[in-house]
Amino acid sequence: MSQEQMDSPEPPAPASPAEPGGAAKLAAGAPGPDPQPRRISRRRFLGQAATTGAGVAAAGVLGNGLLQHSSVLAAGPKAGVASNPAKAAHQWAMVIDLRYCNGCKLCTSACQAAHALHPDQTWINVFTMRNAAGQSYFMPRPCMMCEDPACVPVCPVNANFRTAEGLTLVNQSRCIGTRICMNACPYQARYFNWKAPRSAPRQPFPQEPGWPVPQVEGTVGKCVFCAAMLPAGKLPECVSHCPMGALYLGDLETDVAVNGVGNTVKLSKFLADNDAVKFKEEYGTHPRVYYILGHGQDLDLDSGQA
Amino acid sequence: MPKQRDAAGREDGRGSQAWPEGLESRQDIRAAGMRSVLEVPRWWWPAVGALTAIVVLGVVAWMVQLSLGLGAAGYNNQAFWAVYEADLVTFIGVSYGGAVVSAILRLTDANWRAPLTRISEATALVTLPIGMAFIIPHLGSPWKIWELVWPPYWNTASPILWDFLAVSTYLLATAVFFYLPLIPDLAVGRAWLDPARTGLHIRACRRLYQVVGGRWDGSPHQRQLLHRAIGLMALMVIPMAVSVHSVLSFAFASSSRAGYLETILPVYFVVGALYTGVALVVVAVAACRRLWHLEAFINQRHFVRLGFILVAFAAVYFYLTFTEYLIDGYSGTVGNAAWVRQVIIGQYWIPFWFYVVGAGLLPLLLLAIPRTRTMRGVVVASSLVLVAMWVKRLVIVIPPVAEPLVRSPLAAGGALTGGWGTYHFTWIPIAITVAATAAIPLALLLLFRIVPILPIVEMEEMEELAAQTALSEVHAAPSLAPMPLDGAQVSASSASPATADPPGGGDLGPQRWSARRDIGGPPLGQRP
Repeated sequence: MSQEQMDSPEPPAPASPAEPGGAAKLAAGAPGPDPQPRRISRRRFLGQAATTGAGVAAAGVLGNGLLQHSSVLAAGPKAGVASNPAKAAHQWAMVIDLRYCNGCKLCTSACQAAHALHPDQTWINVFTMRNAAGQSYFMPRPCMMCEDPACVPVCPVNANFRTAEGLTLVNQSRCIGTRICMNACPYQARYFNWKAPRSAPRQPFPQEPGWPVPQVEGTVGKCVFCAAMLPAGKLPECVSHCPMGALYLGDLETDVAVNGVGNTVKLSKFLADNDAVKFKEEYGTHPRVYYILGHGQDLDLDSGQA
Repeated sequence: MPKQRDAAGREDGRGSQAWPEGLESRQDIRAAGMRSVLEVPRWWWPAVGALTAIVVLGVVAWMVQLSLGLGAAGYNNQAFWAVYEADLVTFIGVSYGGAVVSAILRLTDANWRAPLTRISEATALVTLPIGMAFIIPHLGSPWKIWELVWPPYWNTASPILWDFLAVSTYLLATAVFFYLPLIPDLAVGRAWLDPARTGLHIRACRRLYQVVGGRWDGSPHQRQLLHRAIGLMALMVIPMAVSVHSVLSFAFASSSRAGYLETILPVYFVVGALYTGVALVVVAVAACRRLWHLEAFINQRHFVRLGFILVAFAAVYFYLTFTEYLIDGYSGTVGNAAWVRQVIIGQYWIPFWFYVVGAGLLPLLLLAIPRTRTMRGVVVASSLVLVAMWVKRLVIVIPPVAEPLVRSPLAAGGALTGGWGTYHFTWIPIAITVAATAAIPLALLLLFRIVPILPIVEMEEMEELAAQTALSEVHAAPSLAPMPLDGAQVSASSASPATADPPGGGDLGPQRWSARRDIGGPPLGQRP
């Protein structure tokens, strides 16, 4: 996504208007451009996208204008969740390799420094967990960037939205602070600004949903995957500061994932080879953060039914 | 028969045939109903001053909160909903008393309700805006509250938007429901205002009554229209009331949190609101009865009957509480079981058991034992219910948000890695809550300074019904239409005050009324 798109609180339609061919492909339920990630998680999402596309097609709407209109709706805050992943150049994801996380929390501190956060605003929070043998292990939890985020539809004033590149962001100039999104999020990934934010002079990007620095008092903030840095080819702060290389930024579109110590992997193969799982899949939010287990953790991580 | 009475009524304002003993009673009702408008008791100014001071203190507390941030109210990221949300639920909930007493009892023809309706409707009218006002301290950015009334920003998928719409609609309906029965009363009241008095307050009241009730002449046609309108509003207010607390509960229930994700929650909220609504009506009626000396019209029987309604709601609410905690605790899933354990024996055990005793067992006991089934007993029970139910709302709101959502299922004893959050009270929310509580009597004192405290015409109609029934064993269909409500007296009294009794004058004390057949019908336990 380009910079000017990120600037707008209501992201405009993707730069390239939808081609009828693409829509028809979706409508026909054709597989996405990359079959591998489908196996892990995107099947259902693509199915839904295909349903949406089929609905559009059934309405007899194949003209460019209306399709563009529908994609505006899909990308805009009104519809919130139903962006079309086939149109954006990237679909950001994250892989967290729990085998390598040593609980140093440098990701948390780097994130808080970059975004001028208070200590209690742990946008990426490293939880200490316990495995079956009674040993502890560590589990970083950023925003899950869900494909069906629970936080978006509950906001009364549409302050949450999902970009075409799959990032759920908060429009803090819109947010009135009801905190119902904090109630809705099953991952406890949202943090309120209970007091004035720390001062943050000389920011590399203008203050906007993709770079919400400084935070706005009386509104909700959360991990944004450092959305403003991604178009510049930079990794998010947490990824680049992880000395263990446990955090990978991934792109489902190009099927590549990169960590902070210089490893580049083919995303789909990496996930498949290591039996990656998602956190709280039973909530139906379809997160885009994948966990690789290896310390005897439960497959469900959290269900309590292991 | 009605026509004769009409004629008699128009002659001198004192029906002679249909009011065999009601001659004085009508004057009594009017005198008592207008007492709150015409007399300023000695305690009135000090009370208004003290209550205003408390309200101002609350506003100051809110301004401090504005400058320090919402964190100054004791909130944190694991207790992001707490006291203001409980206040919102509680204060909107207590407005349901008006719907119960005026709408449900009206639709069920419970005529004994008549003297209580104005007080209960007024209570509903003042508590609802006070409850809505809790949106303001609740919001993190209250200066952006206009976005809630700006349709382009609306997200119709959000429960909070529907909360806002439902409560606003209900407020409108409550205002109309308060206004309709007031129209004839103000016409009567205008005639009752002493033309010799020219104080600013009296002149203002006269003007207000002229505007609001001026065109009321009590004709059968007007009466019929009004009764139809009130009946329709009574029908509409009930589903609206149900919708308000149901939608309010959706804001909590529309999440995946243990303790919020409960299908029982809307029912639970509605029953809780009805329960506290009746409790507040009891307290308000008792206070008004004492302060404006309405003992002749409102007696122990009213309280005992309200007490029975209270007990019914207490039992249903207790039952819902029991099923909710039992099933969730029994299920043993990590989140639900941990939440139930926290509430019942964990860090919330004191407020939870305070509810069980204060709003669960004690009201049932007080109303079950004949010795305590008195006016005082019902008032004590209701006061307890109001406090304990506020505490119960805290127990509903806080534990589920304080629950850790990232947890290690294998940790011993369900100890959860995220750690339970805690809400810590500060003086700010306490001051704001106390101010809102003080705002209720303050608003009622001010309101009853301009409107009659008793529904004069409705009580006269009930009198009429009772008199009719007493006169003729044949139950002549109780047509509500043709009660004389005195266009004639209005003109007569304004023309020559001598023909009408001077306000508050004469020897028409409330004692005469009390000597009469009680409007409540036969004593409790006897059926007519």
